[in-house]
Parts: sequence; structure tokens; C-alpha cells
Amino acid sequence: MAETVLPLATIQPPQSYGRRVVKRFLKHRPAVAGLTFLVLLGVLIIVGPYFSPYSFDGQDFNLIGSPGPMSAEHWLGTDELGRDAMTRLIYGGRVSLAVGLAGAIIATFAGTLVGALSGFYRGWTDAILMRLTDVMLSIPTLPLVLLLSGLFRPSPPLLVAIVGLLIWMGTARLVRSQFLALREREFVEAARALGAGGARLMFRHILPNAIGPITVSATLAVGSAIMLESALSFLGFGIQPPVPTWGNLLNSASSWLSVAPWLAIPPGLLILCTVLAVNFLGDGLRDAMEPKE
Amino acid sequence: MSLGYVLRRLLSAIPLLLGISVILFAIIHLAPGGPLDMYTENPAVSKEALEQIAAAYGLDQPVPVQYFLWLKSMLIGDWGYSIRTGRPVLTEIVGRLGPTLELGGLSLLISLLIAIPLGIISASRRGSKLDSTLTLASFAGISIPVFWLALLLQLFFSVELGWLPSAGYKSIGGGGFADRLSHIVMPAAVLSLATVASWSRFIRSGMIDVLNQDYIRTAYAKGRSERGVVIMHALRNAMIPAVTVIAVDFATVISGAVITETVFAWPGIGRLFMESMDGRDYPMLMGLMMMGSLGIIIANIVADLTYASLDPRIRYG
Repeated sequence: MAETVLPLATIQPPQSYGRRVVKRFLKHRPAVAGLTFLVLLGVLIIVGPYFSPYSFDGQDFNLIGSPGPMSAEHWLGTDELGRDAMTRLIYGGRVSLAVGLAGAIIATFAGTLVGALSGFYRGWTDAILMRLTDVMLSIPTLPLVLLLSGLFRPSPPLLVAIVGLLIWMGTARLVRSQFLALREREFVEAARALGAGGARLMFRHILPNAIGPITVSATLAVGSAIMLESALSFLGFGIQPPVPTWGNLLNSASSWLSVAPWLAIPPGLLILCTVLAVNFLGDGLRDAMEPKE
Repeated sequence: MSLGYVLRRLLSAIPLLLGISVILFAIIHLAPGGPLDMYTENPAVSKEALEQIAAAYGLDQPVPVQYFLWLKSMLIGDWGYSIRTGRPVLTEIVGRLGPTLELGGLSLLISLLIAIPLGIISASRRGSKLDSTLTLASFAGISIPVFWLALLLQLFFSVELGWLPSAGYKSIGGGGFADRLSHIVMPAAVLSLATVASWSRFIRSGMIDVLNQDYIRTAYAKGRSERGVVIMHALRNAMIPAVTVIAVDFATVISGAVITETVFAWPGIGRLFMESMDGRDYPMLMGLMMMGSLGIIIANIVADLTYASLDPRIRYG
């Protein structure tokens, strides 16, 4: 359709929701900075390994024994097995971010499902699901992950699932409260009168109206998942070497702390910057999608 | 707040604890392998001896039977015996609780002493440069990985400057106040950072809500100084929403203790947990996890009750 040119005197039509969200988001400077950082990081970890002359587990046998210093060949030095620290850092970023994203997706799906069922059906469904949520919230998270990971020795995909299934509770409570409020609204009543069933009402009619808070909590879940996996790997119970993650890089660097501090600083700095960027992004999205006017 | 509410709140913890114990017991006992794995490859341990050990710990029974036996003895205060050391679980835990409470208590104190003033300053200078700097700093505070912060502190204060011992509870042969203080400073600082960051935010937003209320204007109109209004009138009410967060953050402190105690070789229950993981010490792990969960539940109940008693508008039927 051709664009209609409005006469100047006409009152501008209200901007679409999406456009207002983008506009408000762009005003939130830390969030824009966070997003920029994440995009750059994404490019670096996807493209980076192709430009590195080293592979993540390739060893230089002349350098085995103790960590090597930063040099023109090895920008961030080498570890005690003669592997290039920068290559491992970038490759570790792939693993850490993938775990973070996948864990957050699982947590968001699980949390949304539990919250939706709870808030929509209320009654017994709600009582049972919310008691389950309470139980999960009452067990200290990190020790529980350590327990599961230490006893079951899971493969990386299973580990991601475990991480995701331990951080869904916040999302569930949030989605539940959204659903409890939204289910009473007229548009839901109208859809029900037109004969829409439970699943259709929940996911077609109510869910889209709760997408703002869900997006925010999904974003923040990425940060939690990255942090949890890093802590796990740092303690030696996460993804196992030779596959690097930021957490297990710090684990091996910690034994060489006094000799080779340059190995311990970059992985932690990247965890900090990434989680910070994610938290800023979440904050910006919250301001943009749920304005408190 | 009625006595009935307090009782009901306490009773609600029972099904919660039962649910937690079922989940934890299932996880621990359904995992492949077991605590006796370390003996099976030892030729000096005969099959009969192995069966004897299994029978002694009840490991030869079906898991549901084991659970009910565990539950029965747990209820009369017998938490079983550590497979690693052979001593009662409860004795071991209580023995290690001291250093953890010392560390946790100190970092809680530090957190409150720093977070409250920061929150107040941020709220009363809302929108200023200082406020936005503190906001950014608190984001960094919750985003920093504690284990990395611990390594950085060790690197700076122990390796580079040599001011503080890098790990441990006290020096060998030492144990005086100054010696113990020098050991606890870094772990306590690490444990406090995240809580300072998040609590100062909650106190800030609580303060902002309260400072906009009419009774604050009345207090100013009566001629009270800003300091007087903020401290005597606003702070008490501003703290109410923060109380819940502070109690719930108890969980973070417990989780954080596992990392902090490992990095700083602090002989508390967090380290005990890691040691028990190595030995697959089932009764010990079960006891520690139950202890941690109980801590979180109690913290939540305390938060609810404090909330109700601080805010007279809240009436639970």
C-alpha cells in the first residue's frame, strides 16, 4: 500500500507499541551500552576463533610446565599446558554464553508454563504448583546444583537443563501474578464467550499481554545462568576441561595466581562485563516495556 | 499480629520441609554410584565387609524404606553418621557452624552499616551525580562474580602487598584478635559486596516512597532538621520493604559461603559441604542441605513476622 501523506494539521496517530518501546529503550544509556557490548562480544566469540592461529586445546610443547607471559604471539599468555589463553578465553565465551542463553530459555519456558497454569486455573493446580515453587525456592541453589552436578556427572546439555530448571521460580511467580490479573479482563471474557478453550485463552490471548515482564525476566535469567555455570565450573563441577568456560579457566588460573595473575583477570572481567551488560539490558527493557507513568 | 498467625506460619514450614527432604533424598540416593565406591576397588575390603558396611548405614534397603528410616531418626534428633569421619552428622555440622556464623554475621553487619547510609544518601540526593554513580556501582556489585573478586583481593592484598593472609581461619599457633581479624577481613568483604549493592537499592527506593509522604512534610513543617526527619521519621518506615529482601538474601549468603569458604579455606559448613561432596558422604550431604533449607525457611518466617510487626497496617487474620 502506498504511504498516505498526512496534511500537517492532522493530529499524528499514536505511535505503535513497538516503536514507543524502542524509543524509550534508546534513551536508557546503560542499556544501549550493554546491548552494544553484547553484540560486539557475540561477533568476537563467533568470528574470533576463525582468526586465531591456535585451537582451544592445541598445545605448544615448548611452553608446557608453567604459564607463559603475554607476548606478541600469545596476547594473553599461555596456560600451564602451553595453550593460548586468548583463544581459550574466546572459545570459553562461546560455551559460557551458550550455557547462559540455553539455561535462560529453559528457565523462561518452565517458569512461564508453571506460572500460566497456576494463575489461569487457580485452585488445586495453583496450590500444588506454588508449593513446588516454594520448595524449590527454599533449597539453597548453588549447593543443589553442585549436588546434582557432582553426583550425576551430567553431559553439557544436561547441565544446561539443570541450570535452567533451578532458576525458573522467579519467572513462575511473576507470570502467575500477571495471569491472575489478566484473566479477569474483558478481552479474556470475550474470547471465552466466543468459545476459546483453556490453552487458546492462555497462550493466544493472555500470554501476549504479559510479554513485557517475561522478556525482562528472561533477560535477567541469562545473567543468572551465566553466573551459576561460572560458579559451578569454578568449583570444578561444571563443564570439564579441556573444553574451556570462563568459570573453569578461572579455576585453573587460581592455582597459578601468584605466578601468573594475567591468566586470572580476563575471564572474570568478561563474566563481570557480560553479566553487567545483561543486567543493564534487563533494566532498560523494564523501563521501556513497563513504563510507570 | 495474633499468636494464631505466628503458629500457622510456623506450621506451614512442616509440609515444605517434608517436600524438600523427599526431593533431596531422591536426588542423593538415586544418583549412580555411592559412598561405598571408594571401597569396591580396594582388594583388602572383602565383599562380606562391604555388605556389612552397607547394612550398617542402611544402604542395603530400598530407597523409600531408607527415607522413612532417615525421617524417623531425623525427627528424634539423630541425623545419622558421617561416612567420611564416622562422627554424628549433627556434631560435625554444629562444630563447623561457628566459623560460618562468624563470617556470615560479620558480613551481614558490614552490609547493613554500609547499605543503609548509601541508600539514604542516594534517596535524599535523588537524580544527582552521586545517586547515578551509586546506581551504576550497585549494578556492578551484583554483577561481579564473587570467586573472581576473591581471587583479585588475594592477588592484591596477599600476593602483591603481603598485608593479609591469603586464606585460613587463623595462623598456626596464632589466634589472637588481630590475627583472626586479618583472616576474616577478605572473606567478609567478598560476602558483603553483593548484599550491600542490592540492599542499598531497596533502602533507596523505600526511602523515596516514604520521603514523598505527607507526614514527612509535617515533620519538616514542625521545624525538624533534614537529618532528624530522615533518621527519626523516614528510616524506620523505609526499612520495612527492605526487611523482606534482607531475610531472603540469607539464601545468597548460604550459597555464597560455599564459594567464599572454598577460596579462602574457611573451615565452615560451606567447606564441609565441598569436603562431603568429594567423599560422597550421603548422610552429611543430606544433613547439610536440610540445614541450609531450614535456614532459608526460618529467615522467610522471620521476615514475614518482622514485616507484620513493623507495619501496623498489615493485619493477618
